[in-house]
Amino acid sequence: MSRIRAAKSLLALREQEELEDLPNDYPSSTSEDEGDGGGERKHQKLLEAISSLDGKNRRKLAERSEASLKVSEFTVSSEGSGERLALSDLLEPVKTSSSLATVKKQLNRVKSKKTVELPLNKEEVERIHREVAFNKTSQTLSKWDPIVQKNRQAEQLVFPLMKEQSAFAPIEHVLNGWKARTPLEQEIFNLLSKNKQPVTDPLLTPVEKASLKAMSLEEAKMRRAELQRARALQSYYEARARREKKIKSKKYHRVLKKGKAKKALKEFETLRKTDPAAALEELEKLGKARMMERMSLKHQNSGKWAKSKAIMAKYDLEARQAMQDQLARNKELTQKVQMASESEEEEAGEEEGDLVPDAVNEAHMTADGLNPWMVGNHSSDAKEAEIQKDPEQLPEPVANEASESEEEEIPVAEEEILLKEFEERRLLRKKSGLNQDANPVGRQETKDSSTQEVLSELRTLSQKLNKDNHQCRKQDVGSARTVLSVPREGPAGEEEEPQLLQRPERAQTLEELEELSKEGCFQNEEFPRPASEGQQLESNNQPSAPKKKMKEQMIDLQNILTTKSPSVKSLAVPTIEELEDEQEREQKQMIKEAFAGDDVIRDFLKEKREAVEASKPKDVDLTLPGWGEWGGVGLKPSAKKRRRFLIKAPEGPPRKDKNLPNVIINEKRNIHAAAHQVRVLPYPFTHHQQFERTIQTPIGSTWNTQRAFQKLTTPKVVTKPGHIIKPIKAEDVGYRSSSRSDLSVIQRNPKQLSIRHKKQLKKD
Amino acid sequence: MKVKMLSRNPDNYVRETKLDLQRVPRNYDPTLHPFEVPREYVRALNATKLERVFAKPFLASLDGHRDGVNCLAKHPKSLATVLSGACDGEVRIWNLTKRNCIRTIQAHEGFVRGICTRFCGSSFFTVGDDKTVKQWKMDGPGVGEEEEPLHTILGKTVYTGIDHHWKEGIFATCGQQVDIWDEQKTSPICSMTWGYDSISSVKFNPIETFLLGSCASDRNIVLYDMRQATPLKKVILDMRTNTICWNPMEAFIFTAANEDYNLYTFDMRALDTPVMVHMDHVSAVLDVDYSPTGKEFVSASFDKSIRIFPVDKSRSREVYHTKRMQHVICVKWTSDSKYIMCGSDEMNIRLWKANASEKLGVLTSREKAAKDYNEKLKEKFRYHPHIKRIARHRHLPKPIYSQIQEQRVMKEARRRKEVNRLKHSKPGSVPIVSEKKKHVVAVVK
Repeated sequence: MSRIRAAKSLLALREQEELEDLPNDYPSSTSEDEGDGGGERKHQKLLEAISSLDGKNRRKLAERSEASLKVSEFTVSSEGSGERLALSDLLEPVKTSSSLATVKKQLNRVKSKKTVELPLNKEEVERIHREVAFNKTSQTLSKWDPIVQKNRQAEQLVFPLMKEQSAFAPIEHVLNGWKARTPLEQEIFNLLSKNKQPVTDPLLTPVEKASLKAMSLEEAKMRRAELQRARALQSYYEARARREKKIKSKKYHRVLKKGKAKKALKEFETLRKTDPAAALEELEKLGKARMMERMSLKHQNSGKWAKSKAIMAKYDLEARQAMQDQLARNKELTQKVQMASESEEEEAGEEEGDLVPDAVNEAHMTADGLNPWMVGNHSSDAKEAEIQKDPEQLPEPVANEASESEEEEIPVAEEEILLKEFEERRLLRKKSGLNQDANPVGRQETKDSSTQEVLSELRTLSQKLNKDNHQCRKQDVGSARTVLSVPREGPAGEEEEPQLLQRPERAQTLEELEELSKEGCFQNEEFPRPASEGQQLESNNQPSAPKKKMKEQMIDLQNILTTKSPSVKSLAVPTIEELEDEQEREQKQMIKEAFAGDDVIRDFLKEKREAVEASKPKDVDLTLPGWGEWGGVGLKPSAKKRRRFLIKAPEGPPRKDKNLPNVIINEKRNIHAAAHQVRVLPYPFTHHQQFERTIQTPIGSTWNTQRAFQKLTTPKVVTKPGHIIKPIKAEDVGYRSSSRSDLSVIQRNPKQLSIRHKKQLKKD
Repeated sequence: MKVKMLSRNPDNYVRETKLDLQRVPRNYDPTLHPFEVPREYVRALNATKLERVFAKPFLASLDGHRDGVNCLAKHPKSLATVLSGACDGEVRIWNLTKRNCIRTIQAHEGFVRGICTRFCGSSFFTVGDDKTVKQWKMDGPGVGEEEEPLHTILGKTVYTGIDHHWKEGIFATCGQQVDIWDEQKTSPICSMTWGYDSISSVKFNPIETFLLGSCASDRNIVLYDMRQATPLKKVILDMRTNTICWNPMEAFIFTAANEDYNLYTFDMRALDTPVMVHMDHVSAVLDVDYSPTGKEFVSASFDKSIRIFPVDKSRSREVYHTKRMQHVICVKWTSDSKYIMCGSDEMNIRLWKANASEKLGVLTSREKAAKDYNEKLKEKFRYHPHIKRIARHRHLPKPIYSQIQEQRVMKEARRRKEVNRLKHSKPGSVPIVSEKKKHVVAVVK
């Protein structure tokens, strides 16, 4: 096979070579024509050329004019016997002969095409078939996934899944040989058939069926309810409109109108933000309405009411006010929309001057410079100014930012202020907490009174704290030692405290160390929590009294947790802090700040204390008030009696965790109960509380109502005795059965199958 | 002076008719009913104990065969009818309510290898060692008529199993290949092979009815698609699978009863890992059948016991055995999901309750409520040690018990060795293979 292919390719290659050669031949021959002078030879050549032109290369048989050594029997001359015969020479006739053109084309085509792949072997093909079929099948199967999931998770499954519908068999079907025989029967049937009453199927008349088809009962009910609601709403609105219409108060209507306008404006604003296109449309509408209003001349002074008011205006202040209001309204309405160019504006202004009535002109006069009518946002500017004069008195200067529109401005400004305030507060807190800034108060120049208040509060607090600190220190150290530091003002003093402390107290004795550690601990406490401070101070003061006793006890086990190593470390380090240390400290401080809320150690201690308290045996008080003496409200049993009937609980054995400061050992476990308790949390539960909850909710009817009891005790699977449970069907769950035409494929190509089968049979 | 009178509305306490229950007003105040948990715990304990007391699952033994019962078939329309084929070629039809044999047919020479009923229940098919497939009418012959099959197909090789399509007149046989037959034709319309080994069982999928599963003696389970007339996939397990059974409620789940004492539940779309490995038997598992609810299945084993497994649990919830029951060859769960039948070597068919302590017959509503409540209590407190111990306790015959102990030791030793190997080798060089993956040798596409 491969050999054949190689030969083919060789052939094709040769073909191409020849094709390339072909064009070269002709010009060479012509050039020869021109070059040669010999007449006969020329003629010969011409003839040759002509003969070659017609496409058929007739090779003349060489004439044998002389004796030759080699004479072949096939009349082949031995002219070129000396030369070697090449394959290309043999193929030469292919070049020009037109009879081989088709073959050539085919060869070309073959050459251009790649070789056809070998067909895959049978196993491979089958494997591919199998894979495709498997994928298809698993796809069809995955439609069952949701159903399977649903059934697995179902609270209750009732089998058989599909209820068998009890078929209504009409009597005629049951007794199929039955006929109306007697005249009475016939008459009845005639009547029935005339009235379209069902004869064979006595359940539903055609009309009933149609009505059933048209709408189900529920649907009808829903629709009816909807209609009812709509009607009720309509009548309600009508009534309201009538009522409102009847109200004669003009003020009410005015307020209503104003409210409506305001609402519309607000809506427009929101619309502008959310949907600019719709807002534009709305704007157009508004413009149109305005135009209409302008055209109607409603607010000119020409109305009946206006005229009467004009008369009254001389004497009545209210009437004058009303007139002015109307004028203002008129002004607002007649105001033109802002023009693009100023020149136009001016022109318009001049023209308007003639057009508008006198009253309007007066108002015009008051405006300075630019024509106020032409300024589109004139009124809004005014409003803005008003707002800025609001009694709110914004502490920060916002007036500079006039470029923004007012609606947006106010909230932004407020936010900014709030933010700034927060910033300042935080800064303050940080400073006082860190104790790093030398004089934060001096730098803090705030216009805000509130922040100042906070600041002053803080300052006082810190001062107080400092004082306390000093007092306690004085108590601790006593007169033997020199007074450490001059009390400083504000947080600045606290800031340098660690450094200051280190100088005189080059801790010599253990006692001093302990004291120091305590103080250090105290210092590590955070300042912005006065409550905790107080506690700490107290706790700090308490141990100062039994100082002598503590001397013997080198490390108090109880205090292991409360005392901290960093404070001790601070003693050892040199007095001058380096930059890196500061950074570190800052970081620590930051971490501390971040976890300011949760004081784990104290929580633990508290928990332990509570546990200890709870585990202590309680005294039993058996006093009966009123027994043997007077009793009643406000009367207590006598002390003697109480003492007599109080049974003191015996002191229990010492707790196991008495000497373990960071451990709580629960001694409550009861081995008798443990036999009935679950030891390991069962699988589906992730937390013991979940499990306990399931146990603690009772399900019996003693604790639950009948309905709840039934609901709680529904079995997971319900089967009915005597009912055959069939496998689930696609039709049951609303799927189209994919197995409907199981055999369709097989029957479509039975030939193939039968052939295969025959083969197999043969094999067997 | 105003005197307040006590007044009651008789509607609240007087019953309308004599047949009504007395209305008992009840106060659900939790302070009046203290100790909920302990009380319910005691109730649960009692319920568990009673369950064990009333656990008497064995109902009846149907005797009459003169050789071991090799195959069983349910009637698709009648709960009371059951068919059985024996090793001497005899087929018997039984009435379960009367517990007697209603018909006996000498169907084949040699074993009756397989028996199945038509989906409509009008006829049934048997295959035997005499290389024939025979179709029989369900109703017996009239008076004077001879007992004759409706159709007989002579094959070239022995058929080892048969199963009928769930909706159409098609059945599948297995032997050297899986053949699919039209009932009307004497030659198979399609036959599918994959490898050359004897196939021991073939089963149609009850939901997607064009699917078939088969298991062959070269340890594999092969799935076929009847529509495309091609096998789909093959999974090779450690040991031979004796039979498979499809879940009647979940189209892609099937369970294989394996020779290595285990059962494997597969999702047919992902054959490389079984969904669950069910182990409790101490000998080869010979047959398996699903409960029609698809929640449990029953397996018959060579260790003379049958076990009931929940589908999603690897351990059995129940084991049934009797002194006289020998190797159980076939087992079926009845279509109402209440009973289990098993045919065994010693020529008997036994009828068991699927739920050992269930009370048979009609229950009053109060009985039912009490039953439901007890069930829930048992479920609620099932993790408590005492209750767990009582609920799990089963008496086992000595051979099975000792086998279990022995296998436990063996398993533990194997596990220990594995752990040791893992411990003393370079991390990552010894892979940790899960129990599920351990038994699957390969999946062939």
